[in-house]
Amino acid sequence: MVLSKRRIKDGIVRGLIYLCAAFSVTLLVGIIVYVLAKGISSVNWEFLTTVSSAIKGTVGIAGNIVNTLMIVLITMLIATPIGVGSAIYLNEYAKPGKIVTLIEYATETLSGIPSIIFGLFGMMFFGEKLGFGYSIMTGSLTLIVMVLPLITRNTQEALKTVPDSYRNGAIGLGSGKWYMIRKIIIPSAMPGIITGAILAIGRIVGESAALLFTAGSGKLLPRGLMGLMDKPFQSGGTLTIQMYLSATSEGEFDTAFGIAVVLLVIVLAINLGTKALTKHFDVRGKE
Amino acid sequence: MKRNAIIEKIAHAVVLICALLAIFAVCGITLYMIIKGTPALKEVGVFDLIFGNVWKPTASEPMYGISYIILSSLMGTGLAILIGVPISVMTAVFLSEMAGKKIGNIVGGAVELLAAIPSVIYGLIGMMVLNPLMFHLEKMIYENDSSHQYTGGANMLSAVIVLAIMIMPTVISVTTSSLKAVSNDLRAASLALGATKEQTIFKTVIPAAKSGILTGVVLGIGRALGEAMAINMVAGGAVNLPLPFNSVRTLTTQIVSEMGYAGGLHRQVLFTVGLVLYAFIMIINFLLLKVRKAGAENGSK
Repeated sequence: MVLSKRRIKDGIVRGLIYLCAAFSVTLLVGIIVYVLAKGISSVNWEFLTTVSSAIKGTVGIAGNIVNTLMIVLITMLIATPIGVGSAIYLNEYAKPGKIVTLIEYATETLSGIPSIIFGLFGMMFFGEKLGFGYSIMTGSLTLIVMVLPLITRNTQEALKTVPDSYRNGAIGLGSGKWYMIRKIIIPSAMPGIITGAILAIGRIVGESAALLFTAGSGKLLPRGLMGLMDKPFQSGGTLTIQMYLSATSEGEFDTAFGIAVVLLVIVLAINLGTKALTKHFDVRGKE
Repeated sequence: MKRNAIIEKIAHAVVLICALLAIFAVCGITLYMIIKGTPALKEVGVFDLIFGNVWKPTASEPMYGISYIILSSLMGTGLAILIGVPISVMTAVFLSEMAGKKIGNIVGGAVELLAAIPSVIYGLIGMMVLNPLMFHLEKMIYENDSSHQYTGGANMLSAVIVLAIMIMPTVISVTTSSLKAVSNDLRAASLALGATKEQTIFKTVIPAAKSGILTGVVLGIGRALGEAMAINMVAGGAVNLPLPFNSVRTLTTQIVSEMGYAGGLHRQVLFTVGLVLYAFIMIINFLLLKVRKAGAENGSK
């Protein structure tokens, strides 16, 4: 009798656990299906290649796509070397002590700061103090600070997996420390560095709160080469920002769902791609 | 040989500067939040600002009380944790203790992808699915109450549900890894003493992973407190007491929705709102440090 009561109780607990696990999967599938069902009809060639214009009667997000690419490019070009450099210092140069603890604590703190705070700081410092205003540059500089911990930490993890025998071997053969890092350590840690960079790109593409008051909401396409050179110093709304505006102040839900489809495809591709990459490198590493 | 020595020195200096940037960034952000956030505290008065409950920034005699805003943030975060954490822990138990490899990969992969979905998409779906549902409920509940201000479903409850869902991936992944780190000897001992698998999980494995789970919860609190765009889209646009069917503003949504047009003292008060949020986040960071330290000490015993 006691035993069967126990069994019922265990059964209920087990059922609850299965239910919770099923919830995550259902939620993901639900979100994907819902967004696709609502948005796929808005996505066509015109939507992806033109700019919304009342005069021409077009609805398009080409300008936002260019802005997003530009912000990703500028941010990663600056953030990757800094993040990797920081990880190299922490793993290869620093001796355990106060400075390392402080840097690691700062990196940790930085990754816990919400994006809206980065947005405020970026607006005040890069936008107003340094005078970049609402521009792609302000947005990128803000995001550099935001993704730095992500890149540093992933690189650090990768550096830790490089066996010490590589270091000793290189030094023993008479290599200088920097030469060893450049030729042996960084190439060996490359898979981890790339994974971190791709994850950072995903974070940038999905970011919105940090960009609303830094990069602004401009949606025009740059005109010609000069336009492209000037673009970083002009306001530029990313896909997420345009989606937010379409769904709230503009009330254009078809556009919002269309952008949601594009965002979802990018984000899912980035994540599945990273997974495939990690697996590929893992297999190669074991050979 | 000399040239090499110079290169070595330069390389060392450059990577050191890269590493120090993180410290500069944290100091810079903290400094800016304090410099920009304190003037309004003096102007409006600390007490009136923090404990005042009337928010009328554009009235002829403006009032800048943010107590309801603070309360909404705390309440929203608290309720989201209350709903999100049990579901997350159960999911983590599934991933660590029960799932086979194939199913585990599917559920784990789904959780990872949920973490990657941009918050504006959660907000959009909340607006389109959750809000109409809430409006329906609202109409049923307040049918005979003429004093109720209808919100169209953009309310506290919607915000809590969206937040609960958004913190799940964080809590699940941290909890799963801490459950997996529990030694198999403990499980075997418990099973050998006649405990069932479920008893083993809840009486032995979860208590052993306590500090890891706590870390996940604290991270979840930080995530919920800092989330801005998604809840700005579902929580409505009025400063109110955080009751389930009230339209509410939180610390983050207050900044998102008013920073665009605010000027003068109004803008300064919004910086103070940012400072309050920052202070909460710093407290959470400190807690995180403590929890991790406690966990590390327990582990070494």
